[in-house]
Amino acid sequence: MKACIYVKLRSSVLDPQGKAVHMGLETLGFTNVKDVRVGRFIEMQMDDGTDKDKAHAMVKDMCEKFLVNMVIEDYSFTIEG
Amino acid sequence: MIGIVVFPGSNCEYDCYHVVKEVLKTDGCFIWHKERHIDSSIKALILPGGFSFGDYLRTGAIARFSPVIDAVSQFAAEGKLVLGICNGFQILLEAGLLPGAMLKNKNLKYICKDVYLKINKKSTSPFISEYKGRDVVKIPIAHGEGNYYAYPDTLKALHDENSIVFRYCTADGQVTDDVNPNGSVENIAGIANANGNVLGMMPHPERCSEDILGNRDGLAIFESMVKAIRQAAL
Repeated sequence: MKACIYVKLRSSVLDPQGKAVHMGLETLGFTNVKDVRVGRFIEMQMDDGTDKDKAHAMVKDMCEKFLVNMVIEDYSFTIEG
Repeated sequence: MIGIVVFPGSNCEYDCYHVVKEVLKTDGCFIWHKERHIDSSIKALILPGGFSFGDYLRTGAIARFSPVIDAVSQFAAEGKLVLGICNGFQILLEAGLLPGAMLKNKNLKYICKDVYLKINKKSTSPFISEYKGRDVVKIPIAHGEGNYYAYPDTLKALHDENSIVFRYCTADGQVTDDVNPNGSVENIAGIANANGNVLGMMPHPERCSEDILGNRDGLAIFESMVKAIRQAAL
């Protein structure tokens, strides 16, 4: 069982890293990009056979306690397998 | 006795210890992050700068779960002094002992330079009691993630409590965008909790606390701590 967690800065928070990447893309000639946000991707292997609802609750708990700073970041995740 | 909390990756603990021991002639000790108990002889704590746990995940995010943090929270709840410098400030934010969060510097660079700070004279935090008659000081910063962020309601609460203690300013005390080194909201460089006994600041006062370093503007913070400890003992 695998959890894929996506963490990104809240839309209300300025993302200087995204801005720098955006500028880099423009320099490379990719001029049709409107905005870039850089986030973090966490892939987590979990014990096979874990109850899916339990896994959901657990990953949510992990995110809100540790993996995500809820003041500045948002998250979403999927659980496969 | 002033306790200096050391995490794997702290790197300013000896600078803090030196100021405590050699400049202030006060007793100091190191407290390893795995300690669960803070000895009753320790009257104030410093969380020093550095890169605890390699700054992995987020600055301070992993240190925040070190066993010592529960004891630090308890210590702070008892009204005793806790000073977080740079990474120490970041840890206090992640631990929820101070409100808000840190983002990467606006220019994405690690910035190491002297900055001027405007001291909020309305703050009653014991950490600034020895800055008598002074409201602008020069203290160096050295960080990649010091871009302080907080929600508008958090900022309002900080203002209402006079808890914004230091703001980046010009040499003559003007708080302007031009001298905001990292993009911090409202040029915030340091904040206290409502009670004033927990202070977090990005600048490094331990790096400018004696004449041989060419600047002793940081010393008054440590002197203020010693004074508060002595007063509490009376």
